Formats: sequence, structure tokens, C-alpha cells
Amino acid sequence: MSTPATAIDARGVGKVFASRTGTVTALEDVDLTVAAGEFVSLIGPSGCGKSTLLRLVADLDEPTSGELLVFGKAPRAAREAGDYGIAFQQAGLLPWRTVQANVELPLELHGVGRRARALRAADLLALVGLAEFADAFPHQLSGGMQQRVAIARALAEQPSLLLMDEPFGALDEMTRERMQTELVRISASSGAAVLFVTHSIPEAVFLSDRVVVMSPRPGRISGIVDVDLPGTADRSDGLREDAAFFAAVTAVREVLHGAPAPVAARGVDVR
Amino acid sequence: MTRLRPVALGLAALLLACLLWEVVKVAVPDAGVHVGGASILPRTDAMAMPHVWEVVQRTLQPETSAVGAPSVLTSMLQSCWFTLRVAAVGWALGVVSGFALAVLMQRWRVAEESLEPWLVLSQTVPLVALAPLVVGWGGRIHLGGLEWQKWMSVALIASYLAFFPVAVGALRGLQSPPAAQVDLFRAQAAGWGRTLVRLRIPASVPHLLPALRLGAATAVVGAIVAEVSTGTKGGIGRLIISYAQSASGDPAKPWAAIAAAALLGLAAAGLVGLVGLGLGRFRHSEVS
Repeated sequence: MSTPATAIDARGVGKVFASRTGTVTALEDVDLTVAAGEFVSLIGPSGCGKSTLLRLVADLDEPTSGELLVFGKAPRAAREAGDYGIAFQQAGLLPWRTVQANVELPLELHGVGRRARALRAADLLALVGLAEFADAFPHQLSGGMQQRVAIARALAEQPSLLLMDEPFGALDEMTRERMQTELVRISASSGAAVLFVTHSIPEAVFLSDRVVVMSPRPGRISGIVDVDLPGTADRSDGLREDAAFFAAVTAVREVLHGAPAPVAARGVDVR
Repeated sequence: MTRLRPVALGLAALLLACLLWEVVKVAVPDAGVHVGGASILPRTDAMAMPHVWEVVQRTLQPETSAVGAPSVLTSMLQSCWFTLRVAAVGWALGVVSGFALAVLMQRWRVAEESLEPWLVLSQTVPLVALAPLVVGWGGRIHLGGLEWQKWMSVALIASYLAFFPVAVGALRGLQSPPAAQVDLFRAQAAGWGRTLVRLRIPASVPHLLPALRLGAATAVVGAIVAEVSTGTKGGIGRLIISYAQSASGDPAKPWAAIAAAALLGLAAAGLVGLVGLGLGRFRHSEVS
């Protein structure tokens, strides 16, 4: 399957939620392009619409304005074609299924045969380093291991796009850094584009080719920082102490807290 | 070991109940306790409260003085078996309809909101009022060769009690998967049917099992009440009534029937509890 060069193409995308007390503008006028194979993080304070944007791409919600294309298709078509894999902050594993059966779930839902499923699951579990836990049940795993299973599940159908909504948000700092290093390796080897939502600046910088900084009320993009570091495939823990890494962290922080350029007057939450 | 625990606890509870009965007999004066003209505690003489062992003994003796009369125990076992079968039919009907209602209510919010008050209302209608109606309707049903039997009315009334806990428990279970799991199924382009089979039904098991047990107990209660109010012969409900007539001369006899009815409810709930033994993996609590 030849994939178009653009994974996500958003033009003037907005999302307004209607509630009992009136309307809430979650997203306004978002323009964003994510190239195939590119790792892009969305960062910003709570309520800046970063999760909403991810949910629009996943077709879990529908935009109220603008145009959004995923691999040149409407998000609904992309979802139905299985173009993306998704992981949330909660691993969301099914407690009655073994680790292997959890990884196989997307394949099973799409009618892949038993043998092919088992082979693919074995590959994926090896990739996330959980081969010997195939027959374990989720409650026997730690939070970090559960999250790795969830990532393996997201990769099950070799998607060209990974959508990740704070997947490491519930993990402790040490597990988190180890998972980031693994994710960099996994995403590079799968060649998939990644849209990654996070609260953490170092996490966003360490993982991404580009960091999209968002601001709340209404949610909009206040700046995009190009991370000028080695290609994501070559990143390792040592990078965390590199001067270039700190420079990128500072650049993101400035866009996040500082007041560069015109959008600031309207939206940036200065704290 | 852990599986025998509930059985052991159940037996202990039964023993405790017998013990309590005897303690009350010893502690409370025969004439009961009265304050002013009002009776606070009931009479405890041999007529009102026979000893536990007298009741047990009575079950081994013939039912009546007629020649060839079966023992009370045989008679009770036969009628319990009859009631259990009718209650089982009622329970199965109740489970199917309760579960179907729950699925309907899960599927359409409108159905949930419009059906819920009726569900509650259905349980406030006294069974005794309902029984003659059901028998009346049943009498007018002729489906080819099928003749409406009285026991069918009883089973129908039992199902009327049994469906309620099942509907409530199943609905809660079907709605129990967290948003992340529901979103995940949607992201995999799984439709409502697949989500129901692969996610909602397995997730409902921990809520469903207690509901099924409760449904079994209420089906037995419903069957007994329905037997009495429809005048159906052969069941334990009828036996309680006929033994009650000899209460003045033979007090142990009605108590034996009452105890049998209570034990029947426990046995029914216990039998249904066995269903859960094979479903251990569905009973893990939600992780992370």
C-alpha cells in the first residue's frame, strides 16, 4: 500500500461543544500538517484542546468547522480503513483476556485468522519486550507493562499513523523515561507517523520531530517548534543531557509561557 | 478450599439460625412479652415455636394417619422438586427477558429513560393481585395443541419477579466498560453488535452473576406465592397452606414446610452460583 506523503492535514479546524450552559469552543482555527513518518507532539495546559484535536483525527468526535483529512481521506474513512492505531492514558486492556489476546483484539475484530494473529502478536510482544508474559492476565502486570501491551495493540495492524493521548501520563518518572526511549525505537522501526499528546515538555522534545504548542480558551496553536536533534531513530538516553536537548526544551517553554508574536494577545495563558 | 468456604459459611449460618431459635425459646417466657396491651415478643410455647429437633423429627413421620401416607419429608421433597422446576422455567424466562430489556436500554438512551420507571412500577404491583389476571389470560390462550396449564401461569408470575434484578444488573454491567475501552472499539471500526459481544457482555459478568442469583431466589418466592394465589397443586406453596391447617394440633408440620421453602430458595441461588465457577477470568476487577 502506498501511503500519501501527508498523514494529517488540518485546515481551519474548529470544534464547539454545546452544553446546557451554552457553548464551549474547544478548538479554533487549527492549521496543522503532519508528514508521513513524522513524530509530532501536541503540548499545552489543560483545556487547550490537544486531546480534542487527537479525537477529531481519530474520528471519535467530529469537527464543527474546517477541513480535516487523514491520508487524504475523511477521518471516518481512515478509521474504517484501519489507518491508525490508538493508545490512551489508561491502557484499557480487557481484564478477561490474556496479554496475547489483548494484542490480538484489533486483528480479531477485523477477521484475521488465528494463526496469523498469534504470529503477529508474538512479534509485537517481542518488540515491546513482553514475550514471556503472553499468557499473563493484565492484573498481573505493572502499569508500565500494561501500557506497553496497549502500545503493542495499537501497532497490531501496522498502521501508518499512531495516535497517542498521554500514554505515559499515569507512569512514574523512571518508567516513563524508559518507555519514551522504547517508543522512539518502536516508532522508528515501524515507520509510522505519530501524533502524541503530552503535558511534559522534555517528553515532547525527546520524542518529536516537531512540537506543536497549544493555548487554551479557545484552544488554538500558539506556535510550532522544530526540534533540531538527531533523527528520532538515533535518539537515546544520553540525549537528555545534551545542550541541544536543553535548547529545544527552552524553546518550547518560551512559546508555552512567553508571549511571542500575535496570537499571544488573544490566547496564550501566561502563567 | 476457597470454593468450600461459602458452603461452610452457609451451613454455619443455618446452625446459628437454629441456635437463635432455641435461645429465644429459653429466654422469652412462654406467653411472650407484653407491654400494656401490646405484644412485643411472640409466644414461645410448644404450640407456637416447636423445638428444632421436633420439626426435624416430624419430617420423618408419615404425613397423615391414613394407611400408606408418605412421610412429611418425602412429600416436601416432591413438592420442592415441582416448585423448583416451575421456578427454573420462570427464572429462564426472566433472565432472557431481563437481559433483552437491558440490551435494549443500553442501545437506546430513550428506551432506558422511558422504561426505567415502568420497571420499578412493575415491582410495586402486588403479585397476589396479578395472579388471577394471569390465570384468566392463560385460560383464553389456545395455541394449536397447546393447552395452557396452571403451572405455566405460576412460571410466568415467577419470571415477573425474576426479570427485574436481571434487567437492572445486566444494564449496569453492559454500561460498565470505561470510556477508553469503548473508544478503542470505535477506533477499530467495531460496530454496536461486535462491541456488545466482545466488550459489553464479557464486562457485564461481574454484575450479572449476583443478579442471576438474586433472580433465582426471587423466582422461587414468586413461584410459591403464585402457587398459593392460583391454587396450583403439587408445589411447596400449596403444601405450606395445607400443613398450616394442622398448626393447632401438629405445630411442627407447618414449620417444616416453611423451612423447606426457605431452603429451596437458598438451593436455587446456590445452583445458579455454580454458573460463576467457570467464569473466573471475567471476574477480575478492572485494571489500572
